Amino acid sequence: MIIGLSHYLAVAAILFTIGVFGIFVNRKNIIVILMSIELILLAVNINLVAFSVYLHNVTGQIFAMFVLTVAAAEAAVGLAILVTFFRNRGDIAVDDVSVMKG
Amino acid sequence: MAVQTIAFYLLAAVTLVAGLCVVSARSPIHSVLFLILAFFSAAGLFVLLGAEFLAMLLVVVYVGAVAVLFLFVVMMLDVDFTALRQGFSRYMPLGAGVAGLLAFEMILVSSAVSSQGAARLNDTPAASGPDISNAETIGRVLYTDYIYFFQAAGMVLLVAMIGAIVLTLRHKPGVRRQVIADQVARGPKTGMRMTNIKPGAGIDE
Repeated sequence: MIIGLSHYLAVAAILFTIGVFGIFVNRKNIIVILMSIELILLAVNINLVAFSVYLHNVTGQIFAMFVLTVAAAEAAVGLAILVTFFRNRGDIAVDDVSVMKG
Repeated sequence: MAVQTIAFYLLAAVTLVAGLCVVSARSPIHSVLFLILAFFSAAGLFVLLGAEFLAMLLVVVYVGAVAVLFLFVVMMLDVDFTALRQGFSRYMPLGAGVAGLLAFEMILVSSAVSSQGAARLNDTPAASGPDISNAETIGRVLYTDYIYFFQAAGMVLLVAMIGAIVLTLRHKPGVRRQVIADQVARGPKTGMRMTNIKPGAGIDE
């Protein structure tokens, strides 16, 4: 059986779903939520690269590169906010994040 | 062809199992390590597709930078992670239901797209242009058509770096720092004080 576009799309779909599932079940642990977002962006990258390869159009790979850039920036800023939140509260339970306003 | 099929199924299975372990591991340290495994096998999938440049980029950026950043933060925070896991079983049925529905819909759409969309016209995958490597193919488009986007991506990284530094930088009170300007501005008037001391009485400061 030859591996085609649909196989890669299925892998990406399941990986995306695992990321969404991770956000659902780890509602309090913001570190795992950030990791789930990374998984979702990885699934998007697999989709972009698979379409790029099967449509013979390199633009998808370039977009995957930009997604990678934004994901790295998002992880850096998210973790910095997390560290600041931990310093102020001594805890990282995201249920209490609403106290940050103001 | 058979080797490629076996490699695809192996890498895909490792990616998905590692992804599942990321969201269900007890310790966040284990989550980060499974995340690294997931990214490694996804890079293997990219190599299988022929996109070697992005595969190496994934290994360098995610395994080399983002995962290590996560590891540092998890180790730096002194948090009781078992308390954060409560509610896991409560949200499990709803999460699994939504996730299953989402996966079903997306696989349905993607199978329809791959069997009837424009991708059906190309039966042979190609990640590179004719007679040039994958990196060269990307470079030829990235540095011409997408040069402004490339510069903007650099700005995004710069802003993220400055933002992370600004967020985490703090000045502790009580720490003496050398202020060069104060030292240079110090002159006889500020550095010296004339006091008239009465005989027998000391200075009490």
